[in-house]
Amino acid sequence: MAGVRVLVGTRKGAFILQSDERREHWEVGGPYFAGWEIYHLKGSPADPNRIYASQSSGWFGQLIQRSDDGGQTWTPVGNQFVYDGVPGTHQWYDGSPHPWEFARVWHLEPSLTDPNTVYAGVEDAAIFRSTDGGLSWHELSGLRGHGSGPHWQPGAGGLCLHTIIQHPTDRNRLTIAISAAGAFRTEDGGVHWRPINRGLRSREIPDTDAEVGHCVHHIAMHPARPDVLYMQKHWDVMRSDDGGDHWYEVSGNLPTDFGFVIDVHAHEPETIYVVPIKSDSEHFPLDGQLRVYRSRTGGHEWEALTNGLPQRDCYVNVLRDAMAVDSLDSCGVYFGTTGGQVYASADGGDTWQAIVRDLPPVLSVEVQTLR
Amino acid sequence: MIRVVLPAHLRTLAHVDGEVLLDVDGPVTLAAVLDALEARYPVLRGTIRDQITRQRRAFIRFFACEEDLSHEPPELALPAAVAAGEEPLLVVGAMAGG
Repeated sequence: MAGVRVLVGTRKGAFILQSDERREHWEVGGPYFAGWEIYHLKGSPADPNRIYASQSSGWFGQLIQRSDDGGQTWTPVGNQFVYDGVPGTHQWYDGSPHPWEFARVWHLEPSLTDPNTVYAGVEDAAIFRSTDGGLSWHELSGLRGHGSGPHWQPGAGGLCLHTIIQHPTDRNRLTIAISAAGAFRTEDGGVHWRPINRGLRSREIPDTDAEVGHCVHHIAMHPARPDVLYMQKHWDVMRSDDGGDHWYEVSGNLPTDFGFVIDVHAHEPETIYVVPIKSDSEHFPLDGQLRVYRSRTGGHEWEALTNGLPQRDCYVNVLRDAMAVDSLDSCGVYFGTTGGQVYASADGGDTWQAIVRDLPPVLSVEVQTLR
Repeated sequence: MIRVVLPAHLRTLAHVDGEVLLDVDGPVTLAAVLDALEARYPVLRGTIRDQITRQRRAFIRFFACEEDLSHEPPELALPAAVAAGEEPLLVVGAMAGG
């Protein structure tokens, strides 16, 4: 029987939520790595039993955990993330040069084809790759070295590389995003990179349409349409139809275009989801109403989805890696909140239920569709 | 035998209960004790000190015999009572929220 496994990273551990294909009744497993910050867990598309987890702590640093049995048992693997060569400096919040320092792994992206290959997006922003199941990590340093690195500056959460998108057929093509530097793309497997931010405009930087410096919060892609990218920027929901070469705004009738998450329906490449947040200074939904907005037209025209979501006194946030979809026939949509709720919709967003309500603040949500 | 007390998270990580007992060859310095600890429990590499620079992580403290040794040079000999196994070396997570 088909089923769904939802991998939830929180401020104080990881949780694994499982259901059959009806997605009505859920088993809640965890906490795993209790007390540690779990920024992200993600399963291998090539082997669903292989899951990687980023475990970190301000006291004890970074660990990477690996499971080979679907999350039942875990083994610590390599945790040495060393920048290639002389790390150099990026900009600090006040514009002064600041040495590159590894802080944590924000995002783990397993290869589409090889369970032993996995990418890591880290703070301070860089991308690392392991080809031995996480035992050793090597920086793809062409990203930091392409020239604009000294001008990158951290967003409020740090200078983090938080999004890694693999092209579904061209394994040399990766798209990444950094807060607050912008989006970048490689077409040679990570040796050379170039910024892909044309069309972005940000009032928070002196040159509003600069080549780098934009606070990209998240990017999503449908594997059937790899040239179409959707972006939730600090402000503005953006779209590109040419793999990121050019972007245009599709915020349309959203009540606010600030937010963190964005994702695409598993079977409808023009159906996308965002959770509008009031503003950069008030990180909660408008009017205390938690609303997912869905566009069935690839942007511009949005509808509020509210059935089953709190419509009063709700002041949570939904962080950038905390939304995912499953690929069952009726696409499931999932997101977690800083209030510890994980909401699920088994009907593409029409109705919602809380799988759990009282977890620690949710940092990330990923979904594995099990068949 | 050198006695080392780890914070709860690191005991969980290393799968140890209670104190860790270590043999240390040569002078009993903080660096030598940490070397022996990491050799016995490789999973602890990077959690107490940086793997490259060997510098103490910012929120880790070392106490022994009611003294704070956190800012002492790592090559300095530990107190005789620690070297004799009469007192433990305490590895402590600094008080800082959480």
